[in-house]
Amino acid sequence: MSGVGVQSGEFEELAMPLFDQLYNFAHWLTQNREEAEDLVQETYTKALRGFSSFQLGTNFRAWMYRILRNTFLTSRTGLRATSTVSLDLEEDGAALAVESETPETILMSRSNSQLVQRAIENLPLHYREIILLCEVEEMSYQEIAETLSIPIGTVMSRLSRARKTLRDGLRPALQKG
Amino acid sequence: MVCEFWKAQLDTYLDGELPEEEARNFDAHVRSCSSCSADALSRVQMKRAIHVAGKRFTPSTEFRRRTQKSIALKPRRGFRLGWIFAAAAVVVVLVAGVLTSHYLGTQSARDHVFSEIADLHVATLASSSPVDVLSTDRHTVKPWFQGKIPFAFNLPELQNTEFTLVGGRMTYLEQTPGAQMIYDVRKHHISVFIFPEGALRANLDGKSVSRKNLPFNMETWSQGGLRYFVIGDASAADLDNLAKLFRAE
Repeated sequence: MSGVGVQSGEFEELAMPLFDQLYNFAHWLTQNREEAEDLVQETYTKALRGFSSFQLGTNFRAWMYRILRNTFLTSRTGLRATSTVSLDLEEDGAALAVESETPETILMSRSNSQLVQRAIENLPLHYREIILLCEVEEMSYQEIAETLSIPIGTVMSRLSRARKTLRDGLRPALQKG
Repeated sequence: MVCEFWKAQLDTYLDGELPEEEARNFDAHVRSCSSCSADALSRVQMKRAIHVAGKRFTPSTEFRRRTQKSIALKPRRGFRLGWIFAAAAVVVVLVAGVLTSHYLGTQSARDHVFSEIADLHVATLASSSPVDVLSTDRHTVKPWFQGKIPFAFNLPELQNTEFTLVGGRMTYLEQTPGAQMIYDVRKHHISVFIFPEGALRANLDGKSVSRKNLPFNMETWSQGGLRYFVIGDASAADLDNLAKLFRAE
């Protein structure tokens, strides 16, 4: 077997189990099926090409997500999304003060997936991606920091703001229900 | 409020990110504080709701198959068969001798790069959004790359030629960022790739690229520290004309 073949087989074994979750994340970012497919396809092509530079023992999942996200950010949709979002409200400050959510306990108990999906969709890109990485992909803060190339302190403050924005987005809809 | 300290850390606690000792203290507090335990319950429910709602999109079987095929460069063979081929390959290499190894290595690296360029060209044309900057104006396309790639380049004037600029996009070759421009000539699409020469490992010097290994015509040259590739299904003469316009810049 050639080196390329061995490497390709090894890459396939590591990368294909991530396929569904990478596609889900890509679809959330692009909000379009065709673009999500292009994004995932390009991510796998780039990752295979750069696999020789991947250091075994480091976090492969974070590496794949980072490639996907960087590819998205340099795509037309990604550039449009980032150009309309201000990142200067961040970062590293103390996490926002937390308000009591007791009323939401009752409301969330009859949680409606579609309402939550709509609220996630409406989040600015940098909040949407961090919420998905934390809550859906269940990544640790360290993994998120590696994926997004930001310090852990920023992960915590951005996550806190993302959660607050999501709660604020959900509140009117939940109150109607 | 006494609980402000705890509530500020509630998300970190629920994310399982508090250090062990702090987490133990937190456990003890939540058990004895009805306000914090109600808050924690609410947030756990929110986390669950997001977790469920976030798993929303599933790739099609066809797309999975297509992707898997694209990354499996070689057909998979049985372990035993693989070793037989490996042993045979070793014998062949020994017989072929050291004299040809350098040449073969160089040739293989070249072929690999050319084949990747062909893949990039095909992937771009197959994409639903082939260009990131859509413009026939070189003065729009060129500045778009500023700050995105670590080098600058010039695009030729196309007036009185048969070529039309379609747009450009960022691309990568051997983990090196580069520029890709798409040109049209009589309904044929041509890609022009530009990368910093030093970043590519293969020795690409030499004349034209043999067509027998590629489904496209291709031309490559180095100029001003940059490596250019022109590839497409247009005639070799068309590609050469476009390459000349670039070389004249």
